[in-house]
Amino acid sequence: MSPHRVFPLPVWAGQDVGRSCILVSIAGKNVMLDCGMHMGYNDDRRFPDFSYITQSGRLTDFLDCVIISHFHLDHCGALPYFSEMVGYDGPIYMTHPTQAICPILLEDYRKIAVDKKGEANFFTSQMIKDCMKKVVAVHLHQTVQVDDELEIKAYYAGHVLGAAMFQIKVGSESVVYTGDYNMTPDRHLGAAWIDKCRPNLLITESTYATTIRDSKRCRERDFLKKVHETVERGGKVLIPVFALGRAQELCILLETFWERMNLKVPIYFSTGLTEKANHYYKLFITWTNQKIRKTFVQRNMFEFKHIKAFDRAFADNPGPMVVFATPGMLHAGQSLQIFRKWAGNEKNMVIMPGYCVQGTVGHKILSGQRKLEMEGRQVLEVKMQVEYMSFSAHADAKGIMQLVGQAEPESVLLVHGEAKKMEFLRQKIEQEFRVSCYMPANGETVTLPTSPSIPVGISLGLLKREMAQGLLPEAKKPRLLHGTLIMKDSSFRLVSSEQALKELGLTEHQLRFTCRVHLQDTRKEQETALRVYSHLKNTLKDHCVQHLPDGSVTVESILIQAAAHSEDPGTKVLLVSWTYQDEELGSFLTALLKNGLPQAPS
Amino acid sequence: MAAHLKKRVYEEFTKVVQQQQEEITTKKLRLTKPSKSAALHIDLCKATSPADALQYLLQFARKPVEAESVEGVVRILLEHYYKENDPSVRLKIASLLGLLSKTAGFSPDCIMDDAINILQNEKSHQVLAQLLDTLLAIGSKLPENQAIQLRLVDVACKHLTDTSHGVRNKCLQLLGNLGSLEKSVTKDAEGLTARDVQKIIGDYFSDQDPRVRTAAIKAMLQLHERGLKLHQTIYNQACKLLSDDYEQVRSAAVQLIWVVSQLYPESIVPIPSSNEEIRLVDDAFGKICHMVSDGSWVVRVQAAKLLGSMEQVSSHFLEQTLDKKLMSDLRRKRTAHERAKELYSSGEFSSGRKWGDDAPKEEIDTGAVNLIESGACGAFVHGLEDEMYEVRIAAVEALCMLAQSSPSFAEKCLDFLVDMFNDEIEEVRLQSIHTMRKISNNITLREDQLDTVLAVLEDSSRDIREALHELLCCTNVSTKEGIHLALVELLKNLAKYPTDRDSIWKCLKFLGSRHPTLVLPLVPELLSTHPFFDTAEPDMDDPAYIAVLVLIFNAAKTCPTMPALFSDHTFRHYAYLRDSLSHLVPALRLPGRKLVSSTVSSNIAPHEDPSQQFLQQSLDRVYSLQHLDPQGAQELLELTIRDLQRLGELQSELAGVADFSATYLQCQLLLIKALQEKLWNVAAPLYLKQSDLASAAAKQIMEETYKMEFMYSGVENKQVVIIHHMRLQAKALQLIVTARTTRGVDPLFGMCEKFLQEVDFFQRCFIADLSHLQDSFVDKLLDLMPRLMASKPAEVVKILQTMLRQSTFLHLPLPEQIHKASATIIEPAGESDNPLRFTSGLVVALDVDATLEHVQDPQSTVKVQVLYPDGQAQMIHPKPADFRNPGPGRHRLITQVYLSHTAWTEPCQVEVRLLLAYNSNARIPKFPWIEGGEVSPQVETSIEGTIPFSKPVKVYIMPKPARR
Repeated sequence: MSPHRVFPLPVWAGQDVGRSCILVSIAGKNVMLDCGMHMGYNDDRRFPDFSYITQSGRLTDFLDCVIISHFHLDHCGALPYFSEMVGYDGPIYMTHPTQAICPILLEDYRKIAVDKKGEANFFTSQMIKDCMKKVVAVHLHQTVQVDDELEIKAYYAGHVLGAAMFQIKVGSESVVYTGDYNMTPDRHLGAAWIDKCRPNLLITESTYATTIRDSKRCRERDFLKKVHETVERGGKVLIPVFALGRAQELCILLETFWERMNLKVPIYFSTGLTEKANHYYKLFITWTNQKIRKTFVQRNMFEFKHIKAFDRAFADNPGPMVVFATPGMLHAGQSLQIFRKWAGNEKNMVIMPGYCVQGTVGHKILSGQRKLEMEGRQVLEVKMQVEYMSFSAHADAKGIMQLVGQAEPESVLLVHGEAKKMEFLRQKIEQEFRVSCYMPANGETVTLPTSPSIPVGISLGLLKREMAQGLLPEAKKPRLLHGTLIMKDSSFRLVSSEQALKELGLTEHQLRFTCRVHLQDTRKEQETALRVYSHLKNTLKDHCVQHLPDGSVTVESILIQAAAHSEDPGTKVLLVSWTYQDEELGSFLTALLKNGLPQAPS
Repeated sequence: MAAHLKKRVYEEFTKVVQQQQEEITTKKLRLTKPSKSAALHIDLCKATSPADALQYLLQFARKPVEAESVEGVVRILLEHYYKENDPSVRLKIASLLGLLSKTAGFSPDCIMDDAINILQNEKSHQVLAQLLDTLLAIGSKLPENQAIQLRLVDVACKHLTDTSHGVRNKCLQLLGNLGSLEKSVTKDAEGLTARDVQKIIGDYFSDQDPRVRTAAIKAMLQLHERGLKLHQTIYNQACKLLSDDYEQVRSAAVQLIWVVSQLYPESIVPIPSSNEEIRLVDDAFGKICHMVSDGSWVVRVQAAKLLGSMEQVSSHFLEQTLDKKLMSDLRRKRTAHERAKELYSSGEFSSGRKWGDDAPKEEIDTGAVNLIESGACGAFVHGLEDEMYEVRIAAVEALCMLAQSSPSFAEKCLDFLVDMFNDEIEEVRLQSIHTMRKISNNITLREDQLDTVLAVLEDSSRDIREALHELLCCTNVSTKEGIHLALVELLKNLAKYPTDRDSIWKCLKFLGSRHPTLVLPLVPELLSTHPFFDTAEPDMDDPAYIAVLVLIFNAAKTCPTMPALFSDHTFRHYAYLRDSLSHLVPALRLPGRKLVSSTVSSNIAPHEDPSQQFLQQSLDRVYSLQHLDPQGAQELLELTIRDLQRLGELQSELAGVADFSATYLQCQLLLIKALQEKLWNVAAPLYLKQSDLASAAAKQIMEETYKMEFMYSGVENKQVVIIHHMRLQAKALQLIVTARTTRGVDPLFGMCEKFLQEVDFFQRCFIADLSHLQDSFVDKLLDLMPRLMASKPAEVVKILQTMLRQSTFLHLPLPEQIHKASATIIEPAGESDNPLRFTSGLVVALDVDATLEHVQDPQSTVKVQVLYPDGQAQMIHPKPADFRNPGPGRHRLITQVYLSHTAWTEPCQVEVRLLLAYNSNARIPKFPWIEGGEVSPQVETSIEGTIPFSKPVKVYIMPKPARR
């Protein structure tokens, strides 16, 4: 028998936001969840340490499959490295939009790393292509059989286009991995949803473990107001974004606002990535929110009228403008360049719409630093306004609790968050759902005992017979059932005892209990028997009481005979005999008879 | 199906029926086909296979059965049921039994025994379920019979233990519909005691099948609906069901909890895991609030909707629904709303520009934060930002209802409603604007809120803008800056969408009259007057200037100091506007001017009475008419008609009645005039040509009667009789005129017969009202009916002629409330000199915008007609979605009409008008004995036509030849 345990081994995603890579071993199957990289590092630390997984032997032999929840680089960035350079040939599962958009992002990332920074020993374009060939795309709510025992199923997660939560199931044991998800819908995506699948373990992200957010409408209005005011003053607005995800939401927001207010100020989107990405957003309309799905027949919301492509030269243009630039944490690339140009002017504004990892410029300016040390020892003074709008599409504490409530897991494991914050959430989960909750550090292993349920086949006849006995409906309550459990050829069957005897070729042993009850009665045996009969007839109304011609009384299968006492003629002996099956009734009868007969109406 | 069954009551079981002769006086015999139920018996006996039998039953089910023969049919069906082995046939028979027992006029208690009997021997679960359904039908037909109810409940209880969910479902349904709660109901003679149905149903709340659980809750709700008081004990049971796995169970459970909370709002329930206690309604409110974040949107909608009707909830709980207790990094954070309010009260105007003004403040005790079981906490915040717009709309509606009953809550929810104005779905925006309007009495908008509200004025949707104008009409604004802001935004709106002109003026009218003191300090600025210099006189035709004046004049009405600030041209403009836009500009007490009209407006009430009296008197005068000589009668009628028409113009409240009576009198006048014609005195052949007037009169009367019947709302049956009577007279007139002017008898035959059929039809339709028609034309006609039947056409005509002359003038009783349907086309305005150019053969879309007053069911009756110069007419049926209903009795049609034509050499005008389509079938009661296929003698039944009811508008178009 397989060890019935679920134990995730968080390789790099423990109490940290940055790289997600979790190893789950469930009922003998090993699954890797996400394969992300860390944005803050430029050396080997950016990829997870795959040698941890298996020291000897090939990864393909050890891992049954890899699942990628969505296309953000901190969830899929290390995939080509992992599959092509470390070597993994097994299946990789992701949703269709992720499959489409992932290679674009990887290619972009590769370009920045190799072409701009000139790094060696990095994966190549060809490797990305080869890696994507191993991908198997799944639909929402489609149950995919990885092999005979392992099956996975995707649920909608919001967050970004194509983001999914995955249920991994082996036999009766299951794990749900949420990836990143969002419980409040936004301008372009819906909210995450999962059914009551009651997994053994729920692995959830916890980026905003200690935050309860305000309504998104206020956030949106604030954002628009800030942009509008700056633009009216003649300032420039820089919005660093990841090329995909938040950017599209903000674009839709600004686009509709521009249209409503009839504004003429140019909006630019920095990279060439956008067109390709927007193309996919237009294609995967079914993954977006209700509004876009409803109106795309008239006009696809992703066909922007006011948003144009950005050119490097535009940054020096006079007059107001709004620029979306990548990457989102101001750590490299175009957004950093533009930031340097505009930082000196207090009319300008930078709006950070998402989470910034420690070590990035974004994190520094958000924590209030006004003088930044840039490469080459120059110091940049930041005079422009720095705003933080929480547009990050992660679930907040309430949202996480809501999801836990929806899925009803047996235990919860928190990943993708900061240790201090996770500790708070862990307490809350244990307190309010009364389930165990874990928060392993990087590289730490959690082992969970599970109580596996063993399916037992029951014969229809027996089931029907037992159903007929218990009349009241008591759903989900355990019920006593008489039968014989046959364990044979690693299968379990519950059959009636007769059938079991027949199958095993055994003969039934009759087990009878007999008991003597002494009665004070001077009359003849027959009369005593008759009195016993009438007494029982009156007391046991719903049982079949019979008086047989030979003078004995039967109650169902219980036999009662009256005999004269050999010594004392005034005492009669009642012989009560019942089978093992009627034990309950038999002992009741003897007790009844021992109390004596009622006075005869003589 | 049941309706279908009821409709035909026409079948006899075994015999052939002959329609009685007296009833239909046509010369044809009407034979009915041999009874189908007899055929059923034969068919069923004949059927060789179950499939055959099923086919016959299906065929039989398509035809209805009349009440007297139901029992016979039922017997046949039962007889067959006992013999039948195939469950599907038995199922069909069982369902037929149910349908038959619903037949009106049939008392099903006689088949109940049989039904229960077969129920006991039935094995198939499906058939069992169907039989229970039949019993339910029987039971609900006999609601008074206690014994039967008890018996049925007993049967249901016995089958509750069935293994099939379908059977258990039906049993619970039956219990819900027939069971009673009280144990002490009359004990039945047969020893069947009334059971405690609630307990039995309650046991099935924990059934293993979700469908049965749902059925149990529904049965419980059914008990409640029937007026039985549920026990409070089920509250806890229902609460457990809120965490059921299945959405339909949860959805029903939410309803049940709501019901209990309405029944026992004040009882006290303990809070689990603490020793505190709260009111039940508060507890239920918290639980339902929790369901607003359920996983299934169906449940969310249900929960959000029900929240709105829980008015007894204590305000403490109510206000929690808007509070989400924000935090960031474990520190308490204020919401954007709180910040905005603070900023406003501290006098600062910028928001969000300061770094860190949303930075979290105090630390939160980690133990005190409750993330999930916080009851009502933030329920509306969640509901309002739900993924599905259905949930959001429900939440907005609930907010509206709660805010209407609690002013303090209204004040609190304002921020959230204002936020909803920016929702991405138009329906939600519209709904929240309407909601805001409804609660506007309880609220005053802050400036920052007004700002957000006004931003929506730029919305491209007309509905949204107009709703917003309506909202502004009844909003309270707190500062003069607010008024100014509103005016500026409205003028911006006007510049952007000139079509909103009327709506904006109206809005400013109310804005002005509500806030006179706030407008006062703005007057010099608005009129751009200067203390020393004269400024240029603004253009009087500028809609924006008119808008400003409307605001000022309405404010000036209650602010006597204001006119002192006006300059000379303002007074001139006032005089002009008071005349041209009198509905927008009130009468002002201006220095040195006479108060011409102010007395009129203030004294409206006493005026009503005399005009009502006048109307009544003039009508009375007319109705004593038959004693006058024809000449005098004509003159009196003419005078009265003129009076009534004028009265209708003057007194809008009486317009409907006056017009209606005037039209009737007009018909009478025409009839009298036609009968005065010389043609009657001269031999027929000589008067061929001059019969024009008489036949034209007949035609016109017919038209007028259709107008009377269909253009007025509120016409009752007694008026319809008179109208039809008038029409009958017109038809008689037509017949006589035709008889006089045509040679030969052949065409007359047909006409006579048709006329007689109509008389017959009239009699049958209005048989109940005939007593009111003493001495009338039809009364006499009916007396002579047998004779007419036998007479030749020439004789018939002669009789008719004398009768028409002798007939008296019928008194038209006035209905209580009568309104004439009217329509005004706002757009196209018909003023444009620029033709609408388009390539011939292609189409051009013309926007049509019209208001309709007092039109019933405009979706099916109102049509648009386009008349091309070549006489070609085109009728367009607007889509049902094109009609909006802004108020009671008012509709608005905004649609597009597609025009197309071949090329013209020069532009020309097409006429666009609205038509009211009518169909006389709609008014006349249905006759149960008329079967679908039969051609009934009533030719008149399906008269359809249209009445133009708006002034035509001319549109200049120019189809250009296509260029190659």
